[in-house]
Amino acid sequence: MPITETDVRWVSPPKMGLLEKLYLPAIAQGIQTTVKYVFQPKVTQQFPEERPDLPANYRGVHRLNRDEQGRVKCVACYMCSTACPAHCIDIVAAPSPWPDREKYPEVFVIDELRCIYCGMCEQACPCDAIELTSLFDLTGLSREEMMFDKEKLLSVFDQTVPLGKDPVRTKAGKLSGCSEPM
Amino acid sequence: MNDLWYTVLTILIVFGALQGIAGFLVYVERKVCAFMQQRLGPNRVGPAGLLQVLADGIKFFLKEETLPSRGDKFIFLLAPCIAFATAMLAFSVVPFGPTDPTAYESSYQFVIAPNVDIGILLLFAISSLAVYGIILGGWASNNKYSMLGGLRSSAQVISYEIPMVLSILGIVLMTGSLNLERIIWQQTHVSATTGTWNIFLQPLAFLLFMISSFAECNRLPFDLPESEQELIGGYHTEYNAMKLAFFFIGEYVNMIISCFLMVILFFGGWHLPWIAAEDSPWILKLIVFAGKVTAFILFYMVIRWTLPRFRFDQLMSLAWKVLIPLALVNLVCVMVVKELAWSLWLLPLVTIAALIGTAGLALLPENKEVTV
Repeated sequence: MPITETDVRWVSPPKMGLLEKLYLPAIAQGIQTTVKYVFQPKVTQQFPEERPDLPANYRGVHRLNRDEQGRVKCVACYMCSTACPAHCIDIVAAPSPWPDREKYPEVFVIDELRCIYCGMCEQACPCDAIELTSLFDLTGLSREEMMFDKEKLLSVFDQTVPLGKDPVRTKAGKLSGCSEPM
Repeated sequence: MNDLWYTVLTILIVFGALQGIAGFLVYVERKVCAFMQQRLGPNRVGPAGLLQVLADGIKFFLKEETLPSRGDKFIFLLAPCIAFATAMLAFSVVPFGPTDPTAYESSYQFVIAPNVDIGILLLFAISSLAVYGIILGGWASNNKYSMLGGLRSSAQVISYEIPMVLSILGIVLMTGSLNLERIIWQQTHVSATTGTWNIFLQPLAFLLFMISSFAECNRLPFDLPESEQELIGGYHTEYNAMKLAFFFIGEYVNMIISCFLMVILFFGGWHLPWIAAEDSPWILKLIVFAGKVTAFILFYMVIRWTLPRFRFDQLMSLAWKVLIPLALVNLVCVMVVKELAWSLWLLPLVTIAALIGTAGLALLPENKEVTV
């Protein structure tokens, strides 16, 4: 069906008067705008001195959480390692020395260089044991140094808890019968 | 013998100062553009980033010098030298301080080559040679983008030389001499304290000269030949390290010379009414001159970071269809006024009327499709 006349709206570029054809008043207006910006506050963040204010769910370096008694929360269920798209989590389970859980991770290694920081492990964990923190400026001098083992991951926990950027707690541990939620 | 020592000393000081200032202008440009974009610019190297010039200079010296494998190596190396040398040579007739064309032997003149009666002509002739640097640089790079950039740039430069020179001819007719020092003297000598700057007598000529000098220096809004978006760098794509530094210094020295010319030809040089008149101390005149040139350089930078770039056909039609006719109209007005000995104050009225009339002409129905 052809388009009716009332449905068509004709547009054309605005007509240029004498003042616009001269181009000089428009240039003067442009200069006014640019010079006005010289005296306005600058938006640059001077990085090493001023750190950015990251949101609470920022996906940075991983950590393993401790519970109230200082034990590692992870029960070595292998859910994070299965969910990881980059296959960077290596876990070796062992019978746990504490009575309220069956297993604990004897070896827990994350290769931080293979990791794509997607947060699937954080989503998959039923115990809120593995989380991604707000540390983003991670450097190392060798590839071996960047494979974080359990002690290193627990130490990241000790460093980042005082920062106040913990992710939102899901309380999943209470529902799934893992170690008590924090 | 005395004069030779003075000249050699002036050449050394001016040479060093020009290159130092050209390097410093790179830093100033980055800072000014950053401030206009609400950011800070270089501020890490040295206090407020002032040693950035040194860092850039060291970087240019220490980088590896490459040559294209199949281009013409001699011409490849010659092109930036031509661009640099013509820019520095053109500064030899430009006064940078107080000069007195009536007392050449007795007092020291703040110009490398005093009493050159063809001052402006020499300057434009040498600047025209700078086109060789661009063309040869584009050709010897053995790269189609550089070639295109070089051709476009040379077309732009030679097109805009015509309105530049034509607009100056009106000033030259009024002054009666091509000598730059005499032009300053004419502006400052007419009345003892105030003087009459040429900007008040020929504002259209100033506008045409300013637009043409933007195009001559390949500065925005006319920098299509070296634009990164369209031509990957244009004629200096294949250049690195010191050769690129020569091109850049040549471009900045050209910009400095254009600013000097604008101040000398239209704004009275070292003159400022009631503050820097003819009998003020020379240091005051030097400071006033330097202040005016600095203001113009800052204006160049503000324009660069404000206006969008011209398309190449818009650029060429601006030169040939707008600037050259206006420059001719300006010249005819000056000739008529001088011939019939009318008051010189008729000139600004007639020329501004011509400018507005040209804008009005473009609005007539039969001229609507002309795109400028």
